[in-house]
Amino acid sequence: MSFLELTDVHKHYGPVAALDGVDLSVASGSRTAIVGPSGCGKTTLLRLIAGFEAPDQGRIVLDGEVLANGGSAVPAYRRGIGVVAQDGALFPHLSIADNIGFGMARDEDKRTERIVELAYIVGLDKAILKRRPHELSGGQQQRVALARAMAMKPRLMLLDEPFSALDTGLRASMRKAVAELLETAGITTILVTHDQAEALSFAGQVAVMRDGKFSQVGTPRELYLKPKDRMVAEFLGDAIILPAKISGGFASSPLGRIAVDSTERRDIVRIMLRPEQVLLKRTSREGMSGTPDMLFGEVTESEFAGSMCTIAVRLLNSPDPPDAAAIGNTPLILRKPGMDTPVVGEIVRLTVSGKAHVFA
Amino acid sequence: MQSAADLARSGLPSATALGRRSVSWISLAAILISLFSLLPLAFIIWIAVQTGWETVSALVFRPRVGELLTNTLLLVVLAVPTCIVLSVALAWLTERSNLPGARLWAWLSVAPLAIPAFVHSYAWISLVPGLHGLGAGVLISVIAYFPFLYLPVAAALRRLDPALEDAAAALGLGPWRVFLRVVLPQLRLAICGGSLLIGLHLLAEYGLYVFIRFDTFTTAIVDQFQSTFNGPAANMLAAVLVTCCFVLLGIEVLVRGEERYARVGSGAARQQQRTRLGRATIPCLLLPVVTTLLALGVPFVTISRWLVAGGVDVWRFAEIGLALGQTLFLALAGALLATVAAMPMAWISIRAPGPLQRLLEGCNYIAGSLPGVVVALALVTITVRVALPLYQTLFTILIAYALMFLPRALISLRASIAQAPVELERAAASLGRSPLNALWSTTIRLSAPGAAAGMALVALGIMNELTATQMLAPNGTRTLAMAFWSHSGEIDYASAAPYALIMVAMSLPLTWLLYVQSKRMAGR
Repeated sequence: MSFLELTDVHKHYGPVAALDGVDLSVASGSRTAIVGPSGCGKTTLLRLIAGFEAPDQGRIVLDGEVLANGGSAVPAYRRGIGVVAQDGALFPHLSIADNIGFGMARDEDKRTERIVELAYIVGLDKAILKRRPHELSGGQQQRVALARAMAMKPRLMLLDEPFSALDTGLRASMRKAVAELLETAGITTILVTHDQAEALSFAGQVAVMRDGKFSQVGTPRELYLKPKDRMVAEFLGDAIILPAKISGGFASSPLGRIAVDSTERRDIVRIMLRPEQVLLKRTSREGMSGTPDMLFGEVTESEFAGSMCTIAVRLLNSPDPPDAAAIGNTPLILRKPGMDTPVVGEIVRLTVSGKAHVFA
Repeated sequence: MQSAADLARSGLPSATALGRRSVSWISLAAILISLFSLLPLAFIIWIAVQTGWETVSALVFRPRVGELLTNTLLLVVLAVPTCIVLSVALAWLTERSNLPGARLWAWLSVAPLAIPAFVHSYAWISLVPGLHGLGAGVLISVIAYFPFLYLPVAAALRRLDPALEDAAAALGLGPWRVFLRVVLPQLRLAICGGSLLIGLHLLAEYGLYVFIRFDTFTTAIVDQFQSTFNGPAANMLAAVLVTCCFVLLGIEVLVRGEERYARVGSGAARQQQRTRLGRATIPCLLLPVVTTLLALGVPFVTISRWLVAGGVDVWRFAEIGLALGQTLFLALAGALLATVAAMPMAWISIRAPGPLQRLLEGCNYIAGSLPGVVVALALVTITVRVALPLYQTLFTILIAYALMFLPRALISLRASIAQAPVELERAAASLGRSPLNALWSTTIRLSAPGAAAGMALVALGIMNELTATQMLAPNGTRTLAMAFWSHSGEIDYASAAPYALIMVAMSLPLTWLLYVQSKRMAGR
């Protein structure tokens, strides 16, 4: 039994379809990430769930209660859904304590104690409770926004790109902290983001969105290793996409014989490898002779970027694949640890670890 | 390295010395102008000291002053809150609801500014001849001045981040409580500023209250002046009036507090959603309709009626042409003087902010809040006692205009100089322009539109000015406002109508400018 259930949700702005038939099911206490390029409709979806807007068509059901059905919708203030917006949306005219206590009843028992406790939970020092929002850093503002949303004990927490305004180091640590915190509190969470790494690391269920629809919904591992199509594959990370012929669980491709995740026998398909599946081993031109079943390449470009290094490898002895001519001279782009990477001109031996994914 | 250091040593000192010298010249000019703008205030204090405490207390603590104080106080206490409620309601309807024709109503809510306050009064008194007293004063004051609140409140509403209202709704607040706890507090600065402006206008207005026979300090001072010239009685009334202005300034500072209501965080705010009025549309529509009928309909109907009744005879073109010419001349000359006088101050407040600038700005703020009648009274007394040849000359009246309207010019100039980054000036200097040339070819060129807008606003103020003009203008001067005033004073309402029409017609484009400017300020 799912906790939040969206069925065929549509939303139009004039002639533009922001949401074009979205179905989603979220389990109680789970974390779901909705990821997609900007303008794909993910924020609109969040606003519909929060109740800031009503869908044109479709149902939204939370914990058995119908929140929206067709044009009629329960207004946001009766939904009990917490929202943390991109920039926190703290009330500039109130102190931090009053911001956190905003959703509580004014005469609530132990209001002050609860505010202090919430601040402690989100990792804020008690001393800043008297300050104003503009005196806080971006990370602190986000923590206040989270505490404010948690104060009303929401059934569901919606996070609208809450980490995107933070700098890189802080972003990762905030993400981890928030995930743990919501996990402990047992609050079902939906995160909207355009950052694929954030989506994959944060959630147990990831939905990739494009043009107002979900392209694919699944666990992060499933989506990363078995994407439905090229768009999903490339959105979630670098991908090497190759033409191949499949039989008996193996593909013959420009990278030689590779194990695949399909046993069906098919001609001319596309297979996908993640670059980290391609392993390189240093060798020399002499080492190439007399090993016909091995695959060799030459490093043609190398770009150093600290811990990681991007290199381009041109295949030297690709076996004859289907439409090999098309791909033959396109070098593979690989990211490797910056330590001890082959330099331009070096010959490497390529091997593939794991299975390649076959696009349907 | 060596050569660069040499170059710096040889080239820089002269450049910085020159730069510093030009800054100090500007500072000196700004200080002198600010000191000069405090002249009326210094005059009041000087007169009070000279008159001696016994006479002062005898003149101040008497029933007549108490009566005037009660009248003025009641007027402010009743009219300002009414203006606040009306303006906030209109601003919300035009900016945040799906009211049909919202843009039209927004413009119509600003348009009453094009009608001088005394013309509003004239329109009402000829429609309802029996109108008088406090009730009439409050009604006409609200109608004539509420746009001063509507403009900033509407601009603030447009600037509000809708994410805050969403956040409050998500925290369980219904629409009304969201408005009270999130929207209204953020309008506080706009409401404070607008209320102060209206309060100061109520204290300074003369013509409006004479028509409806409602006595305030300003009307009493003018009466005193006309019967006893610049006697101590008029001067002491002026002192009490100035005290009232300072009380208003103080209250505004207290209520406004040290709050900051700017948007917190980054990123573009999303488009605000307009509330659907649904079945409430018709009743809601009543508010702008009734306001427009009262504020624009009544003057329109009355002026038209008098024009029709007067026929061709009231268009005495020689007289009207003369008045128009004189008005335009005074308005342009005054606007030019005020703008030039505001320039050093504006330049310093953007380019060299610091304690000096804050002090000077405070001076200008106080000087700008003095009613025209006080400025005029001060200049009359000073010219009569110290420099008689200057009494009732073009020079004195222009000085009075500059003193009264300098803040208007200052605000526009400051905003436009802020838009001309100092880097451009430096770039011009690095391309070989001398400091003055660089200033001219960058900052002054770029701030020209703002300066022009400021001049236009000053000109608008001068065109509709009555009190100071009457007291200070050279003999034989007859501006549009003066001609209107003398005709309507003789109950020749028909002859006054063409002047009213011309004043309104000339003010309309400037009011439009004000409206467009406030829209642009809010980023639309």
